[in-house]
Amino acid sequence: MKVKVDSEKCQGHNRCYALAPGMFQVDEYGYATPQGDGKLTPDTLPLAQKAVANCPERAIEIDEDDD
Amino acid sequence: MAEPVKDWTKDYDIFAKSYITDPFPVWDELREKCPVSHTDRWGGSWMPTRYEDLFNIARDVEHFSSRNILVADVRPPEEGAHIGEEGVTQYNVGAPPITSDPPVHTWARKLLLPPFSVTSVAKWEPLTRELCASLVDGFLADGRADGASGYAQIIPSRVIASMLGIPPEMAGEFTEWVRGFLEFGATDPELRNESARKIFTYLYERIQEHQESPERYDDLISYLLGSTVEGEPVPVEHVLGTCFLILVAGIDTTWSSIGSALWHLAQHPEDRKRLIAEPELMPNAIEELLRAYSPVTMAREVASDVKYAGCPMREGDKVLMNFPAANRDPRVFDHPEQVILDREKNPHIAFGVGIHRCAGSNLARMEMRVALEEWLKRIPDFRLEHPDEVTWAGGQVRGPRKMMVVWPS
Repeated sequence: MKVKVDSEKCQGHNRCYALAPGMFQVDEYGYATPQGDGKLTPDTLPLAQKAVANCPERAIEIDEDDD
Repeated sequence: MAEPVKDWTKDYDIFAKSYITDPFPVWDELREKCPVSHTDRWGGSWMPTRYEDLFNIARDVEHFSSRNILVADVRPPEEGAHIGEEGVTQYNVGAPPITSDPPVHTWARKLLLPPFSVTSVAKWEPLTRELCASLVDGFLADGRADGASGYAQIIPSRVIASMLGIPPEMAGEFTEWVRGFLEFGATDPELRNESARKIFTYLYERIQEHQESPERYDDLISYLLGSTVEGEPVPVEHVLGTCFLILVAGIDTTWSSIGSALWHLAQHPEDRKRLIAEPELMPNAIEELLRAYSPVTMAREVASDVKYAGCPMREGDKVLMNFPAANRDPRVFDHPEQVILDREKNPHIAFGVGIHRCAGSNLARMEMRVALEEWLKRIPDFRLEHPDEVTWAGGQVRGPRKMMVVWPS
């Protein structure tokens, strides 16, 4: 299971970066990408879900089939 | 004196006193009865109030242009400031990238974002903290202060002045000009143009100083002047327009957010206590206060005839981007009327959505957080002196303008 950011949709609000420390990185424009390969564990899944729920651009998704 | 509104669904007036003071029931009514309303007032406009509609329109930059983003029409849009031999000769609202559409928007935004990134903004936190602390210390013993004009108003103007490399003594003047442009000027074209002229003229003088002795400066103006687009220096008109934007967009807005947050906390002891007991909640609380009291309504101009939600919008029509109403849409937010400091699901669009997302959002958040932290540290218990005497500004930017608060001293 992986967390993904759609770079076409992300507008650099930085909400995920603030809500889920360590899960995302942002560049100098604020555009976010997952840290590392974005792999989620049962422990980190709730944070990823919180990032999804708070992204105003609907740019974050959790891909359950991607290992 | 404008005619009082009888039917808000057909004839809304965003400058009506009742609306400015308490817009929430109007939004609730419009959202259910007429989610994309129309009025003939103030040059005519459409106004969506549901979250989904704001989301869609903000992202459809092909049909909805940002060339004119002011909520009341005073002059046709033109292409920014013009600099002739006699200096700045045209004072208009050209303020890239907020007033740009792609393709100019794309590079203009990339130019502006880095100095407002989370990391860049963090460098201004100590100065902001010191400023907030000294302001509160200045009136702490009095047991009362105007939380709007004596505190909230001063913070963003001083910080922006520092970022632009302008003496902090100018902050008061800036505030007056920006209010003349955005607040009082919203319905007074002459005052608006005069205020814009003052801002452009002042900024252009600073830009010329930077051009004459670049080695003396290291600030936002130097950064903009030193940047390039397609291998060429950024045109000076563009630098001027962007400085204008930074100044105008960075003052009223954040000031209103800080003021509204204090207005809320003054009336909600349980929220104050919680923020003091759980300081780690602050970032989340800031997002929630931004949602519940979003200050900014923007506008778009219809670029070509389009039917949206059954509404026949014609080229040139104005659409008011009521982000504040969207942020209280029960379709998206549970109990939207309540401030829930640890709200779990809060995809608010107080800073807009899509390519025009507020470039200063990280700065605004930092200023709000520091302003509330330093206030609560010294004044944990406070209330409005006379709740009915609080005055509000509204229209384009909503927030308290006079707000006496008292505390045990």
